[in-house]
Amino acid sequence: MRFTLNGETREAASPPMSRLLDVLREEFGLTGTKEGCGEGECGACTVLVEGEPVCSCLVPLVQVDGATVQTIEGLGDDHPLQHAFMNEVGAQCGICTPGMIMAALSLGDSPSLDEVKVALAGNLCRCTGYSAIYRAILKVKSP
Amino acid sequence: MKTAISTLDVRGVTTVRDALAALRDEERTPIAGATDLFVALNFGTLASRRFLDIWRVDELRGIAVNADALVIGALVTYTDLIRSPIIAARLPMLIEASRLVGGPQIQNRGTIGGNIANASPAGDSLPILAAVDATVVLRSATGERRVGFNEFYSGYRASVRRPDELIVAVEIPAVSGRQWFRKVGTRAAQAISKVVIAGVRDGRAARIALGSVAPTVVRARRTEEALANGASIDDAVEVLRREIVPIDDVRSTAEYRRLVSGNLVRRFWTETR
Repeated sequence: MRFTLNGETREAASPPMSRLLDVLREEFGLTGTKEGCGEGECGACTVLVEGEPVCSCLVPLVQVDGATVQTIEGLGDDHPLQHAFMNEVGAQCGICTPGMIMAALSLGDSPSLDEVKVALAGNLCRCTGYSAIYRAILKVKSP
Repeated sequence: MKTAISTLDVRGVTTVRDALAALRDEERTPIAGATDLFVALNFGTLASRRFLDIWRVDELRGIAVNADALVIGALVTYTDLIRSPIIAARLPMLIEASRLVGGPQIQNRGTIGGNIANASPAGDSLPILAAVDATVVLRSATGERRVGFNEFYSGYRASVRRPDELIVAVEIPAVSGRQWFRKVGTRAAQAISKVVIAGVRDGRAARIALGSVAPTVVRARRTEEALANGASIDDAVEVLRREIVPIDDVRSTAEYRRLVSGNLVRRFWTETR
């Protein structure tokens, strides 16, 4: 299996029915993507496949053969959303944060609060509540 | 316990022809967006060990109108449905339902064919397909077969699909009258239904289908008949309460589901007047 991971072509040796989540974390050491529920309910494992947010715990490796995958590591450490999440205290324990940021990347320009809520409807946070997270995203996307 | 991944055999195909040849040769569980299948795999409750990955069979991704029937390819995702002007014009309640399936991550991968194949009594799109008298189009290496959606399920999580058949599309005849859909769950996103209902109303003629109140999605035929014959809504709700067979489970109780189902039918009847 070969796919583009954060801009680089990578060859994966994991079995084809492996969860993309496990391939990212265990084969490629990209532990920024978190496992929460393992059943598509929490969004902690959200990555972008072909630019669209998906739960990497529910994607078989075979389905990303030839595809483009982006994880939180692909943003580097200096993305405006990362700074906004810190500055607005949109992160507390941090488990949901990578998934929240990856889901927020799918938003178009100048989203309304309602559009932000819809884009993040598949991501659960159990620490901060959501208002700091929405505020962080709106500061970047709808300044 | 999680399923041992390395023992699983998966074959990928890019055409319906190759998919049907593979299903003819040996029994394999088709994988579309994997949003249900991988949940079972992660929890070790999936019996299958051989799979057929059909995600790249792009010929199953179309939404079209053919001789006044809406034809939705099996691999059309909820996101595709939400964005489709054809669905917006002809079956807007399917857009409402699609927006309430999981969150965007699930909507991007989950497919209508997968929802049908998974055969959950709680499938969100299924009451709609039941209410509009959809037809499931099944294809095998030996030909095509069309089964009325309301005859498709044979019991809890069981259908009349043969192992060598693939669901390729669902067809929906033109719908006249008002469409109405409601999902009752713990929250709007990411919740499996306690009760889900779809209705079509044309004068006194109503077509009503419910999910999560029986082993399969069901049409409320006796309730429909009562309404058509001029029963009061109070009497029709009583018929409904006797007609459905909900159970107590982790998401709700039988009595709550009976009460809510009655309230929903009452609202449907009032709001589509």
